[in-house]
Amino acid sequence: MAVSAEKEFAMDNEVISASEDEEGSDNERKHNKLLQAISSLGGKRRKNQTERSEASLQVSEFFVSAEGAGDKVGLSDLLGTVEKTTGATKTKKQLRNLQNRNETLELPLNKEQTEKIQRSVAYEKSAKEVTNWQSIVIQNQKAEQLVFPLNQEPSGPKRVEQVVAGWKAETALEQEIFRLLHMNKQPVLDPVLTAVEEASLMAMSLEEATIRRAELQKARALHSYYEAKAKREKKIKSKKYHRIQKKAKRKEFLKQFEERMTTDPTGALEDLKKMEMSRMEERMSLKHQNSGKWAKSKAIMAKYDDSARKAMQEQLQINKDLTQKIVTVSDDEHETPEESETVPDFVNEVEPITDSVNPWMRSRIPQEEPEISCITPDKPQTSEEEEEEEKEEKNEEEELLAEFQRRRTLRQTEDDDLIPTAAEEQIVNTCEVSREEVVGEGTVEISDSDENDSEEEEEEDVSQFNTLFKLMSSEKTHESPAPTQDQQEDEEQLDEGQLRVRNMEDLEGLEVSDPRPGTAAPLSMPQPTASEPTAKKSKREIDLSEVLTKEAKTIKVAMTPTVVEDEEHEEQISIIKEAFAGDDVISDFLIDKRKQEEAGRPKVVDLTLPGWGEWGGVGVKPSQHKRKRFRKKMAPPPSRKDQKLPDVIISEKRNSSIATHQVSHLPFPFQNSTQFESCIRTPVGQSWNTQTAVKKMTMPKVVTKAGAIIEPLVKEDYIKHKSTKPAGKGPAILLNDKRGAKDGKPSHKNKGRDSQKRRRNKP
Amino acid sequence: MAALVEDAAKTSHVERKTNKKPVKRYWEETEELKNSDQNTSDRSLSTEKTADRCTSTESTADGSTSTENTANRSTSTENTGSVKRRKGGQIPSGKKDPFPGEAPIPEEQLQKYQRGSKHNVPKGSQRKLKEAIAWSEKVSELAQKQAARYDLLLPEDAGFLEGDEDEDTCRISQEDIADAVDITSGSKFFNLHLSQFGPYRLDYSRTGRHLLLSGKRGHVACIEWQSKNLTCEMNVMETVNDIKWLHTEAMFAVAQKKWLYIYDSEGIELHCVKKFNDVLKMQFLPYHFLLATASATGFLQYLDVSVGKEIAAICTKAGRLDVMSQNPYNAVIHLGHSNGTVSLWSPNQKEPLVKMLCHRGAVRSLTVDKTGTYMVTSGLDRKLKVYDIRAFKPLHSYFLPAGASYLSLSQKGLLSAATGDIVQVYQNVWGGSPVTKPYMAHRVRGQVWGLAYCPFEDVLGVGHGEGFTSMIVPGAGEPNFDALDTNPYRSAKQRQEWEVKALLEKVQPELIGLDPGQLGKVDQGSFEQRHKERVDILGYDPLAKEKFKPKSKKKGRSSAGAIEKRKRKVAYEDQRDVIRLNVEEKMKQQKEKSSESQQLGKKSTLDRFRKQDK
Repeated sequence: MAVSAEKEFAMDNEVISASEDEEGSDNERKHNKLLQAISSLGGKRRKNQTERSEASLQVSEFFVSAEGAGDKVGLSDLLGTVEKTTGATKTKKQLRNLQNRNETLELPLNKEQTEKIQRSVAYEKSAKEVTNWQSIVIQNQKAEQLVFPLNQEPSGPKRVEQVVAGWKAETALEQEIFRLLHMNKQPVLDPVLTAVEEASLMAMSLEEATIRRAELQKARALHSYYEAKAKREKKIKSKKYHRIQKKAKRKEFLKQFEERMTTDPTGALEDLKKMEMSRMEERMSLKHQNSGKWAKSKAIMAKYDDSARKAMQEQLQINKDLTQKIVTVSDDEHETPEESETVPDFVNEVEPITDSVNPWMRSRIPQEEPEISCITPDKPQTSEEEEEEEKEEKNEEEELLAEFQRRRTLRQTEDDDLIPTAAEEQIVNTCEVSREEVVGEGTVEISDSDENDSEEEEEEDVSQFNTLFKLMSSEKTHESPAPTQDQQEDEEQLDEGQLRVRNMEDLEGLEVSDPRPGTAAPLSMPQPTASEPTAKKSKREIDLSEVLTKEAKTIKVAMTPTVVEDEEHEEQISIIKEAFAGDDVISDFLIDKRKQEEAGRPKVVDLTLPGWGEWGGVGVKPSQHKRKRFRKKMAPPPSRKDQKLPDVIISEKRNSSIATHQVSHLPFPFQNSTQFESCIRTPVGQSWNTQTAVKKMTMPKVVTKAGAIIEPLVKEDYIKHKSTKPAGKGPAILLNDKRGAKDGKPSHKNKGRDSQKRRRNKP
Repeated sequence: MAALVEDAAKTSHVERKTNKKPVKRYWEETEELKNSDQNTSDRSLSTEKTADRCTSTESTADGSTSTENTANRSTSTENTGSVKRRKGGQIPSGKKDPFPGEAPIPEEQLQKYQRGSKHNVPKGSQRKLKEAIAWSEKVSELAQKQAARYDLLLPEDAGFLEGDEDEDTCRISQEDIADAVDITSGSKFFNLHLSQFGPYRLDYSRTGRHLLLSGKRGHVACIEWQSKNLTCEMNVMETVNDIKWLHTEAMFAVAQKKWLYIYDSEGIELHCVKKFNDVLKMQFLPYHFLLATASATGFLQYLDVSVGKEIAAICTKAGRLDVMSQNPYNAVIHLGHSNGTVSLWSPNQKEPLVKMLCHRGAVRSLTVDKTGTYMVTSGLDRKLKVYDIRAFKPLHSYFLPAGASYLSLSQKGLLSAATGDIVQVYQNVWGGSPVTKPYMAHRVRGQVWGLAYCPFEDVLGVGHGEGFTSMIVPGAGEPNFDALDTNPYRSAKQRQEWEVKALLEKVQPELIGLDPGQLGKVDQGSFEQRHKERVDILGYDPLAKEKFKPKSKKKGRSSAGAIEKRKRKVAYEDQRDVIRLNVEEKMKQQKEKSSESQQLGKKSTLDRFRKQDK
């Protein structure tokens, strides 16, 4: 402003000077300009006052410069006149206040910051608004079908009550009927109360509610106080304080526990359990071992410092206490030792076999009768069994350990079977016992899974093993004298260990080391060995006798054919064929089948490269060792579908033609193919379903009415839905009173309004 | 004497009052009522159709259906009306509905329409997955229930033949039966004396109205057999090996001495297909529009009659193929061979799907039942065998003294076997107990050359050296037909309509395989392959279950112990329920045991005198 004014001024000057044409003034002006330019460089513009520096003929009214024109206009200047005027006291007061106030207003925030704040506030607000829609969005997503425009009347048949709502009894008969209904207090329109209404009926009264609310408030307040206190205490960093606190607590607990011991033994037991639990937890946490930082430092100090040593010892003591199991004296403990005295050891002989993989361990071997009788003839059997079970449960772990130990020893002794020792004898005994056990069943069971694996060697082993057992059992029958008590005890200690025969040599060793070779042994041996391997072999290959062995039943025909068939040349040929048919058909088929199986089996891949690691050239073959090493056996294919059907060949080729029609991607929500397959298992077409079912199945997700305008959702319709109720759908019976009672305050208002209305209506 | 129950039963519900509407209610608006009325009538029409449709192929054995249809309609309107009323909720008077809810559906019917097993929503799955599964379960349950509910629109039962005491049903002669039944049924037993052109083959159309006859010496005739109306007759002046209707009664294929010919119902030659030579046997697969032929050169060929293209030609390498049958369940072709094997073929595979050894001698004839469960074969070893072809296991084996040269199974599972000049019919061949004697028997004039049951009729057609015999076999045909699929009473317009629809719904030949449900399965091979590739690209398995990784917390709460604790909280979450149940059970058992033992322990000898407190 100032500059422009100056310019104007200068212009004026020029106009004047043009006539006078003074050069001196021109110089002065230039100087002034220079000064101005310099001053403008300084950044802050000095406010130039407009002043008339010289006399002129024309005085413009715009350039009046009064006395003291450069001064600020003070408030007092205004006030001075105001004071004199009467009235406008309020503004006077305000102005006076303004005058007294010394504070300056703070600078407004700069634009960016204000915008940022505004944005964040707006975001919060709109986010809140949007979250209100969340439930509606989900509902729409879940909806089976959306029909646009949205707020249409449902087209289906209306409920009776809805239809009846707008209907009035008009004819005399109808009125009669309704009067009767009213007289009998029959609900006319909506006989059933909704769940909410029912609940509101059951709700408590206002006084009760207030009392309850107060209680709750109090409880909440107390709780918050307690929390605050706990927080405060927790913030205290002093370790000593906490330690003391903890100790105090523990002491308190112990005291309580002792008190309880006398008054409430069951509660005390629970406390004991708690203690045990905490001990266990502490023990698990490994807190009191020497591994902590503190402990390490103390360990270093312990050499020189007595107190540190003491602390260490304390720590160790705690550790010891913790790690030691508290011996709880319970009734069960008392009983068991007695039982173990009375119950003979053999009860535990058959240990609970947990090894499901090992088929040898699976079969539970029944006890032999005579042994039981010789040791405990007086014990009833049932009790024995019970005790056995109990024992099993309790001593499972120990037994397992013991068993492992025994096995280890057994293996060791087996390994050095050259030197017959006492241990050796024991093994033999164990053999005998186990063999006894086997006699009961005849053969050792072999699990199915093993059969499936069926490697030849193993099976042979098994069969031989079986025969061996049988052989030994026959020996046993010839063995006359009963073993002495000591011997038997030895047995009992050992017999739990099931014999593990790892190879044939072990078995042979066993046989050799048997000190009492049975006389009748060889007699019983050959039969089973002969029969079993053949059975095994026949399983692997298809038995001719198995194919086409379905027994044919003759059907008696009422009429016998009379037509002479020899007219037909073909028939004759067929009869000849029939005569020669039979065996070769079957064998041909079997050969065919075998060929197919062979073709399906993967071949061995030879990966030997000649010349690597040895001499190469024409006529030099890679060594046998190398060839053996680089032959890769492929994994066997999954078993054929016709494996168990001797007279069927099922092609294993995959039908790839259908793959083009199949689904190869799992569509979105499905996680595995079974889910998806189950979802498409029901056909959709009209050929398989009723019309309604088809319509339901092929229902479009969104339906729009042609030509109708689809307007956006109106907020009032959805979000404030709870407060306002649609007029038509509400039940006709007035339940306002009860509902009001539940709501509390607003009900009073309603009541008031209602009553007012009534009052108004009455006159 | 013989009693034909079926025919007697039919007259009862031929005429019934139609369109019985529910009583008007005073609160119902008149307009709405009109609408709903229209709706219900429409619906009833459609439901009737679908009900027929969903049970696949049903009809009666005589021609009174047009009236019957209306009767059905009336019943259906009544039914829907009652259902609606029940749905309507409370009756305004406040009186209780004595039969609330929907009418119950018998378990048996539900079982009949069961498709696969129900799939439960996996625990802890995503919302969308849950919704998808729940929706599909809901819909399939609805479909099943409705199908079962509309089962009552199939009112007809199959008939049967019942002898007097000490009377064998197989001793009852056809003449006696024809005398005993009504005239229309009686007229279904007849003989055609055609001794000139040698043994006859025959084929019924799918609707059972039309009959094709072909003499070995070139005589071809096309008859509307119920009215005995001869539509065309000619002599092709060549040996005729086999004859077959195509999809409608407007066209048929004839396997002549050298080539395969196609004629229309007027007897005009439409095509001579020279790609198909020396055809001995033919089968038509109606839903695939495929004509499968087996030739003397050992070729099995498929001709798509909708586009006239050869789909597949398979060299079976099994010599002359003169035994052929189709499995209606999965459209697999069964071939019998001279080495006693039966092989199963689809056009998609050059080798047999399955090859099974059935007889010690050559296979003479074979047939497969409608449901695709059982196959019956007969061989030169004079045996008759029944196989379960889902498991490929023999069920029964019978010895027929004369052997069976031709076999045929009816829609209801009656087996007819031709031995020489005698036709025997067996009932319940695959039942639990083996058959000992035939259900019916009939001697024809010459050597039997062709056997076929007429669909939807209790009629067995026998082609023989001296012509053709149509015999009555009570209980052979399916009593309820599917009007949208094969309607015996359809008009020309309906037939045209059906033809278009059937062509639109034609099943592609690639879908033929042992398991027709294969299409509804995810292509596992490519799926796995793709999944593997995806895992390689992503570097992790997106479908794998995420391993629980505890959050790292501050203030010393992320110590090893704490982390371990948190991990333990979620360990074995999927198995927990099972474990908990197991443990509970165990505890219960233990408790019982302990209580028992306590009781036992407390008992003394004086206890028996104690008062028992119960």
